[in-house]
Amino acid sequence: MSRVRTWFQDNRRNPNAIAYSVFIIAALLYPTIVQFWTGGNGDYLVGIAADGGIYMLMAIGLNVVVGFAGLLDLGYAAFFAIGSYTYAEVASYHLGVTPVDHALHIPFWLALFVGMFIAASAGALLGAPTLRLRGDYLAIVTLGFGEIVPIVFRNGGIWTGGVPGISGLDVPTLPGWFQGPWINQNFAWVPDFRFTTANLTAYYVLMVLLIGMTVVLVHNLYNSRLGRAWMAVREDETAAAASGVNTVTVKLLAFSIGAATSGFAGAFYGAKLSYVSSENFSFIVSVTVLAMVVLGGMGNIPGAMLGAAVLYFILFWLLPSAPSQVESLASSVGLDFLNKAVPNGWPGIAEEISRSKYVIFGLILVGIMLLRPQGLLPSQIRKQELKHEEHEALTVPRQLQS
Amino acid sequence: MPAILRVEGLSKRFGGLVAVDNVSFEVNEGEVFALIGPNGAGKTTLFNCVTGFYAPTFGSINFGGRDISGSPPHRTAKAGIARTFQNIRLFDYMSAVDNVRLGHHCRMHSKLWDSLFKTPFEKREEKAIIEHSMELLELVGLGRHADSYARNLAYGQQRRLEIARALATSPKLLLLDEPAAGFTPQEKVELMQLVQVILGRGITVFLIEHDMRVVMQASKRIVVLDHGEKIAEGTPAEVRSNQRVIEAYLGKSA
Repeated sequence: MSRVRTWFQDNRRNPNAIAYSVFIIAALLYPTIVQFWTGGNGDYLVGIAADGGIYMLMAIGLNVVVGFAGLLDLGYAAFFAIGSYTYAEVASYHLGVTPVDHALHIPFWLALFVGMFIAASAGALLGAPTLRLRGDYLAIVTLGFGEIVPIVFRNGGIWTGGVPGISGLDVPTLPGWFQGPWINQNFAWVPDFRFTTANLTAYYVLMVLLIGMTVVLVHNLYNSRLGRAWMAVREDETAAAASGVNTVTVKLLAFSIGAATSGFAGAFYGAKLSYVSSENFSFIVSVTVLAMVVLGGMGNIPGAMLGAAVLYFILFWLLPSAPSQVESLASSVGLDFLNKAVPNGWPGIAEEISRSKYVIFGLILVGIMLLRPQGLLPSQIRKQELKHEEHEALTVPRQLQS
Repeated sequence: MPAILRVEGLSKRFGGLVAVDNVSFEVNEGEVFALIGPNGAGKTTLFNCVTGFYAPTFGSINFGGRDISGSPPHRTAKAGIARTFQNIRLFDYMSAVDNVRLGHHCRMHSKLWDSLFKTPFEKREEKAIIEHSMELLELVGLGRHADSYARNLAYGQQRRLEIARALATSPKLLLLDEPAAGFTPQEKVELMQLVQVILGRGITVFLIEHDMRVVMQASKRIVVLDHGEKIAEGTPAEVRSNQRVIEAYLGKSA
């Protein structure tokens, strides 16, 4: 008991400890709260949270690459695609229709790691020749890679299902599962459980477990020899090399571990959607994940998670529901004329909002970055850097710096 | 005493510029060896060749009986050569103790697996390394500043922290690039005491220095470079009275 108390006292002012605690409590209570709030019809919202978890996983992985090691990766969705397609190949009927003529049905739990491993290998393969590049050049190469991979999958013919992609992927199965009032059933033990869209809570629980596991592993890495080496490479590559750090290997590991997390998320995505298509892995995915990391606080795991949660909420709940919300708001305050569409003129407030969705999104992003340039939950280092930069900009004329 | 570092016919060219021209010398184990010369003589270039930042154009570098010319910096560090930089290169936003902990990187045996799952082996190793880092910080007189960010330390403290980080790689040979630059006389005396302590740990010291007083006092043997060429080698007294050295520093008398 006293150990718990000292932990609380030690971490009362530690924003990361608070953030982790809040995440855990929120993750545990979320399904109950939404079911209660919607009167038992909240399955849809629980499913959205499970999908958001995919982005959260990716943000945690990209944070390793961008935040820890300082490598700008603009093609992160490529590894997501590779993870998804790997899952699609090894856990569906698809290989049966290819010249291989023998369908593979590797169980989800194993296929998850196959996807992760293949994505990590792809990361290493891409990284090996390109990680000698620095800064902007690396960004350009990864940007190219991110464009190439979906195109390859789109044009993979029989192997990747071409434009329509691959459907009918295996869903995760378990020997058993608890059901209860949260899906409007009585308490019972379900043998031979299959994850389906009728029970999104199962996906949600699975996602929370995956995120928890990833956070623990990445956190361990960050506090290890490798994490220190990442920080050192980001700060000063020359000094790191002189101190005995093999900078190429260390950067390669950051790249591969980031790719592995993305591949992991990709395999889950494939399984949950039971369908993959190259349309889902465009540049916008990479940019969204990068925005999550930057906005949440680069180099800080709970920061990246918070960024992912906030941006996902804005992108997939706030903006889609904004038009109807604004419409009802307008009519309830007596501004009904705003809702009426005028031919060749005012399209009505709902339509107007839905058309300018991405303008609003951009404004929100700019707003957050203006108010909190260091991110919502910055790492201590980033906080210091910004403080000093501001200080130097005020006191030292530009020519005298460096 | 046996030679720990043997440089033979070393040349480094950048396009048409010859930065180091056919330089040979030997550094013996357990001595303080100094490299001096006017600005632009190629001293730092030579250091960069020895530590693997530049691959020599011609010639060879032999360290402890192994040819290390052209091997990358992290490998020369692992072989036992540590260095500091002329313009201090610390990890500004890491604490002093973390800077020194990083220096242990190439001597650590934790694999990716150990780091991922925080195995007992990894925990033990980290604990030992924190202890050793604190010991090194005490050695350079920074024990009280272990948790300060490197960039918040005073200039002299930063120089000493860099030496501590270099010592963390458990070197056999320590290269110091102008360690006393910008120091007060008092700090220089302290630095020379520190160099003696380092020698006492069985580490050979090879330094570049401008301050003649420091060089003459501290080092046993000196090599003088001018325009990339070796113009003199010998004990401080010999070098001081060498005509070419005087010309290089003061100009030729008409």
